[in-house]
Amino acid sequence: MALDSKIPSGPISDKWTNYKDHINLVNPANKRNLDIIIVGTGLAGGSAAATLAELGYNVKAFCFQDSPRRAHSIAAQGGINAAKNYQGDGDSTFRLFYDTVKGGDYRAREANVHRLAEVSSNIIDQCVAQGVPLAREYGGLLDNRSFGGTLVSRTFYAKGQTGQQLLLGAYSAMNRQIGRGKIKMYNRHEMLDLVIVNGKARGIIARNLVTGEIERHSAHAVVIASGGYGNVFFLSTNAMGSNATAAWKIHKKGAFFANPCYTQIHPTCIPVSGDHQSKLTLMSESLRNDGRIWVPAKLEDAKAIREGKKKPTDLSEAERDYYLERRYPAFGNLVPRDIASRAAKERCDAGFGVNKTGEAVYLDFAAAIQRYGVDQARIKHLDEKDTALVIKLGTEVVANKYGNLFQMYEKIVDENPYSTPMMIYPAVHYTMGGTWVDYNLQTTIPGCFSIGESNFSDHGANRLGASALMQGLADGYFVLPYTIGDYLSPDIKMGAISTDLPEFAAAEKAVKDQIERFMNNKGTHSVDYFHKKLGKIMWDKVGMARNAKGLNEAIVEIAALREEFYNEVKVPGDANGLNQELEKATRVADFLELGELFAKDALHRNESCGGHFREEYQTEEGEAQRDDENFAYVAAWEYTGKPSEAVLHKEPLVFDNVKLVQRSYK
Amino acid sequence: MAQCQLAFDFRFYDFQTKNMKLTLKIWRQKNAAAEGKIVEYPIDHIEPDMSFLEMLDILNDELIMKGDEPVAFDHDCREGICGMCSLYINGEAHGPDRGVTTCQLHMRMFKDGDTIFIEPFRAKAFPVIKDLVVDRSSFDRIQHAGGFISVNTSGNTIDANTIPVNKKDADDAFDAAACIGCGACVATCKNSSAMLFVAAKVSQYALLPQGRIEATDRVLNMVSQMDAEGFGNCTNTGACEVECPKGISLENIARMNREYMSASLKG
Amino acid sequence: MAKSALLKSSIAKKVAMALSGLFLMLFLAQHFFINMTSVFNSDTFNSISHFMGNNPLVQYVIQPILVLGVIFHFTMGIVLEFKNNSARPISYAKNNGAANSSWASRNMIISGAVVLAFILLHFYDFWIPEMVYKYVDVNPLNETRYFSELVHKFESPVRTAIYCVSFLLLSLHLWHGFNSSFQSVGFNNKYSRSLHKLGYTFAIVVPFGFIFIALFHHFNH
Repeated sequence: MALDSKIPSGPISDKWTNYKDHINLVNPANKRNLDIIIVGTGLAGGSAAATLAELGYNVKAFCFQDSPRRAHSIAAQGGINAAKNYQGDGDSTFRLFYDTVKGGDYRAREANVHRLAEVSSNIIDQCVAQGVPLAREYGGLLDNRSFGGTLVSRTFYAKGQTGQQLLLGAYSAMNRQIGRGKIKMYNRHEMLDLVIVNGKARGIIARNLVTGEIERHSAHAVVIASGGYGNVFFLSTNAMGSNATAAWKIHKKGAFFANPCYTQIHPTCIPVSGDHQSKLTLMSESLRNDGRIWVPAKLEDAKAIREGKKKPTDLSEAERDYYLERRYPAFGNLVPRDIASRAAKERCDAGFGVNKTGEAVYLDFAAAIQRYGVDQARIKHLDEKDTALVIKLGTEVVANKYGNLFQMYEKIVDENPYSTPMMIYPAVHYTMGGTWVDYNLQTTIPGCFSIGESNFSDHGANRLGASALMQGLADGYFVLPYTIGDYLSPDIKMGAISTDLPEFAAAEKAVKDQIERFMNNKGTHSVDYFHKKLGKIMWDKVGMARNAKGLNEAIVEIAALREEFYNEVKVPGDANGLNQELEKATRVADFLELGELFAKDALHRNESCGGHFREEYQTEEGEAQRDDENFAYVAAWEYTGKPSEAVLHKEPLVFDNVKLVQRSYK
Repeated sequence: MAQCQLAFDFRFYDFQTKNMKLTLKIWRQKNAAAEGKIVEYPIDHIEPDMSFLEMLDILNDELIMKGDEPVAFDHDCREGICGMCSLYINGEAHGPDRGVTTCQLHMRMFKDGDTIFIEPFRAKAFPVIKDLVVDRSSFDRIQHAGGFISVNTSGNTIDANTIPVNKKDADDAFDAAACIGCGACVATCKNSSAMLFVAAKVSQYALLPQGRIEATDRVLNMVSQMDAEGFGNCTNTGACEVECPKGISLENIARMNREYMSASLKG
Repeated sequence: MAKSALLKSSIAKKVAMALSGLFLMLFLAQHFFINMTSVFNSDTFNSISHFMGNNPLVQYVIQPILVLGVIFHFTMGIVLEFKNNSARPISYAKNNGAANSSWASRNMIISGAVVLAFILLHFYDFWIPEMVYKYVDVNPLNETRYFSELVHKFESPVRTAIYCVSFLLLSLHLWHGFNSSFQSVGFNNKYSRSLHKLGYTFAIVVPFGFIFIALFHHFNH
């Protein structure tokens, strides 16, 4: 099957407008005869559900949480990009488009990214109209800040809780439609399979997580908005419940899975503290504006610190290695996420890690406190030689900028980051890969759409900060509502789809069989045991730096672990009621397959790009070495029964508007 | 360490840790219809650096290995923002620490030998689903009644900067909007009142010009739904403000009282 | 919105509770000033008491409002208490209310009940005899009886003790009630901090003033 990305013809800046002008529309009287299922209620799913219901479709929305408001979009801190150019600093739709393609290391589809940049301004208008309290200046207009990888200030924000506020905006729009009866909300429900009738997606099988009932739901189209698959690593900044099941089930039913190896490892997370660790907490990237990253220059000092015999503050400047400043003098501590993460791993692997696990580096604010303190002393005409005073003044400035983050750090680590350097380490954060979609956001299954983080998205091989929120809302508010109408227009006379069709029965049986198998398994280990083991394989061999040997091993090990899982997993309780272990089991079963495809994709991509770093493909200085001649394509995998035997389909990436260059941050 | 034999030893650390021995008294209830009771569980090898929920993870792993059913509890983001986790710990919503949710509570707040009561959030409007999991959909229904601004999605809404908003109002609206809907206010209130939650939403919109247009209907409808859900009345004890993990202020309740009375006179 | 719905709403009840409370506090304040005069000058006390006891406006307008206010405040208080209790059918095995709120705020029903008991005693002891004296037996006017009657009341150590305990609990009731009533009517702004101090002062000065008056007459006569 040849991939058709259905990119409209014409100049890039006109594609979306032309597309909208020529698609088929559904008249309002007919929309009420059409049902749409949406799985997931984060920024993408929530905004899509609200907008489609406003248009008049009957929406059935599903989330596994107890309320749509809890989807993990809520945890996004930094902000949302939009090419408003409110600051008059030269921003434009083209610049946002260009920055995003470049930031993605030239592995994204130009037409999609341009459309994203075009609708970015509408997102801000829409959210403000909904009452999202974005940050404002004293004049009453919206404020912006700058973010990594760009030269303009285009990021809109709401303190450190931008994702929360945008999600609550989408949730409020959903509430309005739930109140009107246009959205039927299914909380605490998990989609466990897709139902295809005559080659088209026509429904889902879902488990009511409270009663345990397996339910059939039909619709004229199914939209997957279930987020990313970062939890394949067990430890990540994702929520505990974040899972790939919906995306993986549609993959197994025919939707191609694209670029699974593109995963973003965020450099500034709180390090693992022990075996008990259940998840990782992100510290905003903005900390790198003022913090200096270092490890001890001498191995014996690192060892002494790990053993608690020395403190970081005991080390003189000469005994410290500010490795980012040393390796990247031009960008220093502000290199992009992928580069900062790999550099930290390199130092820790070499034995310079500073916490008890050996997997942490310092993020030090002493210099910033000193610098701000002296500034303040001068402004206030106080004695800048008074060390205690300077530290006090400087601490106040730092507390104003990052107070909430410092407090969060102190709650978790129990150390005061004002007086002793913070410890940080990279952690899995976002997955750029996902289900392959065409320009219409439709997967390779007709009638099955994928939006937000769950699709392979507009971010290429690396996502820039503040772009995930933009993409989720763009897909849900402004793109899908057009494209799905075009798809649904021939179905207006079809009427409701019966859930008594044999396809529903077959899908339901498969789901019930899997659940029964888990419940009857007399295993010896809990689900978490296997999930942690998978995570360790993924982190060690498919993590920040990968090589062919490790990837080959990982593929074999994951397959073996999967077999062990099915034989040895123990799921207590019963299936007819709330059973959180059963929920985990069905999710981990899918991660155990996805992980294998992930490794296979990483193995096949013989280049380094963005979040994908292959040790064999690096420059002499240890930087990522892209291979545009052979790998400027989207790798879309077709399921054939076993993840390791997935068939590769290539969608060539054509760059008409952006010139491909090597990224350099020296 | 006991749990190391059970759980996969993730990174094989070889450092010494301080261990705590605790007695947990946990509410167990099979389902909504069943009777529940407090069950005692001794637990050992708990480290101060663990989060409270990680401590429960360890207990659950032990229970699974023993063939018992693990304790069901709600949780998701584990970074204090989704509002999914709950728990009434030693007589306080989200436990003894301030400004945190249960997932951010760490075991260093307790000491070796402590007995810890762990109960579900209790209110008629929050029925128990199982063990420590409660149904907070009453909060959703209050929002359905008016927790929104009626604006359709289009590419042609007015430019975001058309209506300036006084910075203080914008900041106050943000502070109210920081509510995570966890229900600690209800759980901690002696009257099981949801006033802080509802007031936060009413205030957010009441403070913004775009929300003023529907302010009258919004407050009347949301309060009416709140009453219909069976929450108690506010008697201004202020406990909700103290226990709120996001520091939502009582000022919001006063604002809602004003909004409600003026809306009643108008409406 | 229909008027009936307004009357049923939780916020309307709360505001009504606050307004009746504020009214009762006004009454309490004037009662306090009148009683205080008894410490300084029996003649002043007698003449004000005579005015209050015989002025038609006070007797036929303000007095019924006061009685209704008292009845409304405690009836509503009891109704709300039952409703609020029913909002949590299963209580906590362990609850640490002291961690987040004051005893006074959590136990308004207890302090209120004691105050109510005192008011009933006061009715039995003072108000009903007064009514009988004036309107049933129709005794002749006596402008100087009030002070001696007051002094007579505080001769008994038991009655004085009951009186003192009641006012201690009134103090607790006011400690929360004063500020709570302002919050309920929507008053929470930059002046609230000062108002809180005023509220706490009121909650101490007035009840302890009454106690002082009782003890003063008990020990001085």
